[in-house]
Amino acid sequence: MSFLTILFAALFYFATAVILFGVGFKIWQYATTPAPLKIPTMPAPVTKPGVVIRMAEEVVLFKSLFRGNKWTWIFGWMFHFALLLVTLRHLRYFQEPVWWWVNVIQPFGKYAGYAMVIGLLGLLARRIFVARVKYISAPSDYLMLVLILAIGLTGLAMKFITHTDIIAVKEFMLGLMYFDIQPMPTDILFIAHLSLVISLMLVFPFSKLLHAPGVFFSPTRNQVDNPREQRHVADWAVELDATRKS
Amino acid sequence: MADFETPELKDYVEVPLPQIGVMKSDGPFIAKPDHQEALGFPGELVDDWENVAVNKLGDLANRYRGLRVFLDSCVKCGACTDKCHYYLGTTDANNMPVARQDLLRSVYRYYHTPAGKVLSKLGMEKLIGARKLTEDVINEWYNYFHQCSQCRRCSVFCPYGIDTAEISMAAREVLDQIGVGQKYCNEIIGKVYKIGNNLGLPEPALADTLEGLEEEIEEDIGIAVKLPLNKKGADILLVTPSADFFAEPHVDGLIGYAKVFHQAGLNWTLSSHASEAGNFGMFIGSYENMQRVTMRIREAALELGVKRIVFGECGHAWRVAYSFLNTLAGPFDFLDPNYPVPQHILEVTHDLIQRGKLNLDPSENDHMTLTFHDSCNVARATRMGPKPGGQFTIPREVIKAVCNNYYDMPAGTTEDATYCCGGGGGLLTDDLMEIRVKGAMPRMQALKTVVEENGVTHMAAICAICKSQFSKVIPYYGFTMDQIISVHQLVGDALVFEPEETEKSEEPEESKD
Repeated sequence: MSFLTILFAALFYFATAVILFGVGFKIWQYATTPAPLKIPTMPAPVTKPGVVIRMAEEVVLFKSLFRGNKWTWIFGWMFHFALLLVTLRHLRYFQEPVWWWVNVIQPFGKYAGYAMVIGLLGLLARRIFVARVKYISAPSDYLMLVLILAIGLTGLAMKFITHTDIIAVKEFMLGLMYFDIQPMPTDILFIAHLSLVISLMLVFPFSKLLHAPGVFFSPTRNQVDNPREQRHVADWAVELDATRKS
Repeated sequence: MADFETPELKDYVEVPLPQIGVMKSDGPFIAKPDHQEALGFPGELVDDWENVAVNKLGDLANRYRGLRVFLDSCVKCGACTDKCHYYLGTTDANNMPVARQDLLRSVYRYYHTPAGKVLSKLGMEKLIGARKLTEDVINEWYNYFHQCSQCRRCSVFCPYGIDTAEISMAAREVLDQIGVGQKYCNEIIGKVYKIGNNLGLPEPALADTLEGLEEEIEEDIGIAVKLPLNKKGADILLVTPSADFFAEPHVDGLIGYAKVFHQAGLNWTLSSHASEAGNFGMFIGSYENMQRVTMRIREAALELGVKRIVFGECGHAWRVAYSFLNTLAGPFDFLDPNYPVPQHILEVTHDLIQRGKLNLDPSENDHMTLTFHDSCNVARATRMGPKPGGQFTIPREVIKAVCNNYYDMPAGTTEDATYCCGGGGGLLTDDLMEIRVKGAMPRMQALKTVVEENGVTHMAAICAICKSQFSKVIPYYGFTMDQIISVHQLVGDALVFEPEETEKSEEPEESKD
């Protein structure tokens, strides 16, 4: 086995562990931290199914962002939806046989790569040219966009410019899945693409990408509006209650 | 009038370019040691303030999921940047909601995230916008977290619902814990503990005031409308902001509630122990103080043996009442289970109107053309009635039932997108006059629109802070202070009383909401 193969196999496993345990820890932390007060942004749903609908509108349609800023919504939604298609399309490199619906989205997933890059360029342009957004941007905010942009561009280059040996790529990835390591392809574009993806996996649990699990735990969006009907008390507040006079 | 320039009102609110440091200052007056200690905070800056502050911030992130999620999740998309009335009115970059949050988030990242801990060792914390806690940072927090009225407008537009109010409450709690509190809020909370209300009005003075109001009403309409105090065995405890007892235009609202109760034949009382609906414990982000203030209401309800609790017109008070009272001072199983606990006075009045229990003549208000200011806390943090959005429809339906001329301000400035009056969240103090005037600009601009297009003469409000703030700042924009009016003044003025009314002895059957 070549050094390159061992290196990337090891990095891939390491990055997978980091993102799974890192994000898993954050989800556990969010789930176990109490929300002592009812603070949904009103008007809010008065039932749990209502909250599910509200959350779906936020996660699928970015409803609040739509009200907030149309340009950011267009670019942001385009990027996220395209990323979803592209990610699902990539499942084909990790499985044999390929699920039927992964085959169905393949043609859309291929071109979604372009939509993803356009969305990212739009978001980057806003960060650079809109004075308010520029003011609030740290270097990491630009780097995150550039990182994902580079992932998209190297991916598109392999698909549409210089075809990489996709059979070899799939053998390598399947090898990783079944702990039967196969040679890492030496195509420079693929090496770059995989390195960038591994970097993204490594920074995910330590960065603002935590907005992905975070949104589901946001009390302003996931609480039911029923404080008069149901008494809501956090564990640590129960102790305070015990010291109340009446 | 003042040593700052009042923003110019244009045809619409223009989004300014961010300016650095235009609202930099020492912030509002600092609380004195006795103000601090009465609330359980250190009297002055503690020696190891850096450690205390960092630890408190970590503690709060462990106690409040919202704070933790909000500090972690912001992607700096910028959707909130043009939503804050203080940013629009001042142009100060730190008044953009995300920039305000970042004043705290940068310190959270430095001390409480793996990335910040590692990068700060390498001297690379700037890469992720993290920074060390210094005296300058404390000063910046004190100044800019007292330029937030916790109105939650930014959170409406945030894709993750990040609520700057929660961040600013946490920041104020951290500041209080190191001994740097705000005089206005903390002194007032002390007055509630000592005397029973924000204004420090003792029981005899309160009794006197209420008696004076009874005489005034009788002179005016020839009917003996009572404003009972500490009446044991009353059915309803009315808890209202103490400003209602004598500030203008608040007191006309109080007269309105009394007239409604009188005509509906409801047996009600005020309490000197709970002579304050407001709860500044929320503004300073102190769960313990907020709970201590709310307990007075529970105690008064038990003491007087009432069956229901009704809140008067007040924005943040209604938030604490609607959203937190059950949590902080509940359960209220000793009250009549047929009514929600607590109720808003507008829910009571609306219900009475719906069932035709009030004799109203809206032409009494024909000399006015009204608009309605949705108070931020009522709009975005509470509800009225059984349906979501009742906090928008119920006040409007009541106003329309008592006034013939009504127009809404432009969409985008009302309901859950309403602009704050500029004086909420513990900012209603003269030492913050500049931010109050500038922060009122977006609301003033919307008011100007309906004044010019629809001939609106008066703006009705349902919040003691909104009423005080507007009365004070609208002259800066060329309006007059008497253009602000209580919703229940409109109701009270439209109520028609038959001259020879006999005492009603029977309970009216009220619908159970």
